[in-house]
Amino acid sequence: MTIFDLDFMRYALVAAVMVGLTAPAVGTFIVQRRLALLGDGIGHVALTGVALGFLTGAAPVATAVVVAALGAVAIEMVRARGKTSGDVALALLFYGGLAGGVMIIYLTPGESTASLNSYLFGAITSVDSTDLWVIAGLAVAVLALLAVFGRELFVLCQDEEVARASGLPVRFLGLLIAVIASVTVVVAMRAVGLLLVSALMVVPVATSQQLTRSFRTTMASSMVFGVLATVGGLTSSFYLDVPSGATIVLLALAGFAVALGIGRFVRRSRTGESTA
Amino acid sequence: MSTAFDMTGGQVTIDGRKILRGIDLTVDDGEVVAVLGANGSGKSTLVRSLLGVQPLSGGTTLLYGRPPARFREWWRIGYVPQRLSVGGGVPATVREVVASGRIARQRRGRLTSSADRRAVAAALEEVGLSDRAGDPVSSLSGGQQQRVLIARALAGEPDVFVLDEPTAGVDAGSQRMLAETLSGLVERGRTVVLVAHELGPLEPLISRAVVLNQGCKVHDGAPPTAVGTHALPGHDHVHPHEPAPAESPVPSWVLAQEKA
Repeated sequence: MTIFDLDFMRYALVAAVMVGLTAPAVGTFIVQRRLALLGDGIGHVALTGVALGFLTGAAPVATAVVVAALGAVAIEMVRARGKTSGDVALALLFYGGLAGGVMIIYLTPGESTASLNSYLFGAITSVDSTDLWVIAGLAVAVLALLAVFGRELFVLCQDEEVARASGLPVRFLGLLIAVIASVTVVVAMRAVGLLLVSALMVVPVATSQQLTRSFRTTMASSMVFGVLATVGGLTSSFYLDVPSGATIVLLALAGFAVALGIGRFVRRSRTGESTA
Repeated sequence: MSTAFDMTGGQVTIDGRKILRGIDLTVDDGEVVAVLGANGSGKSTLVRSLLGVQPLSGGTTLLYGRPPARFREWWRIGYVPQRLSVGGGVPATVREVVASGRIARQRRGRLTSSADRRAVAAALEEVGLSDRAGDPVSSLSGGQQQRVLIARALAGEPDVFVLDEPTAGVDAGSQRMLAETLSGLVERGRTVVLVAHELGPLEPLISRAVVLNQGCKVHDGAPPTAVGTHALPGHDHVHPHEPAPAESPVPSWVLAQEKA
């Protein structure tokens, strides 16, 4: 039996490809903006959204998108005001989001924190055809927005003052990248879970950074590494019978370790050439 | 002739500290203005608030007759910040950074035009970095990174250049390159506002100097003429570890001119 014989694995593979493409694409801008932990903050906040879904009987993915987007906007507004530093703003949301999620799920009749497990750690094999359409729609929207606003986001994430002195709508772009990130977190939530979601936004980018010279190739290759990690992790978790989310993230980290070694070697031989 | 910058009673307060205390400053098209002063005198804050990058806490400032929030012709402005931001460690090539200087001239969602490519190539040529276009900016020296920032502003083909300490910590070769680039801009009638601690090889290009001291304008007029050993060619300005604030807060040549 191969993984393609099973409907749920076919759905899972398609979802894995989409998550593998979108998370690192957004992640490249997030890392450039020095907000590598933004995905973690949004992930924690999204947990409150998931729990609200259980409480109100609405779809947890829908409530998670709304709450995560609101949380991301809050983080961006606190950061832009400059009164609290970005990392403290993120930390406040980490705790609030997690505690809120646990409390709300406790107050929901018939549910317990165990209900949150698949959201915390991912359950990509539970993706059905409806989920797949939602994930595909969100992924396409995220990639389209990045394509349209990419040039402006590059300037914003590189240097916000230069963006302002170029007449770019800095506040709008800051909110845009925050909302794009929160949608991505919810899309990726099904694959690796809210606690590991940020890994897919950051680790493939960190991997590419070791090997690339330009922004463009960093983004493109991080998307390749992202898909390799999600599809490779999903496939091996199926055959080894281990949890998929953790396998995906561990595979991504292994890729980073290899790239780190290769990058060091390449740089050393380059400097060797130039001094010889 | 139109007025590029017009600040009236400009004040900036950051965390309760007054950085600018009521600055009046007008810069007309074609002027080459140096903003001078000791560290912490508010030079950078002044030019950043002229652009609206640093909001004023009092007074007004106009860019070609409009407050920064309602200014639309941003392609006319080329801003060169003090330092190249490395963007969280995500690599970017020299060409990518320079090409981002076209942003105010590009329509959203449009592909890069041949005019964009020509302007980027010309800007790289002008600062002598054409051969480094494909290298990551992080592999360049400080002086070369400064040239990348200037090329980014050049690529936008603006009318006004605002440079924040372009000569700080820059090697002699890059300083010469900068002086050449600036004199080209001046010949073409561009407006230049630059912040400097030391003018060095830029001195002959400056048409007017504004001196700040503790957030106040203490001089506005003819640029300083260097005297004594300062005037010697190749003079390397070294302050042997004297605590700057202990000195008279106003440079001696300013006092001399004010008296005259």
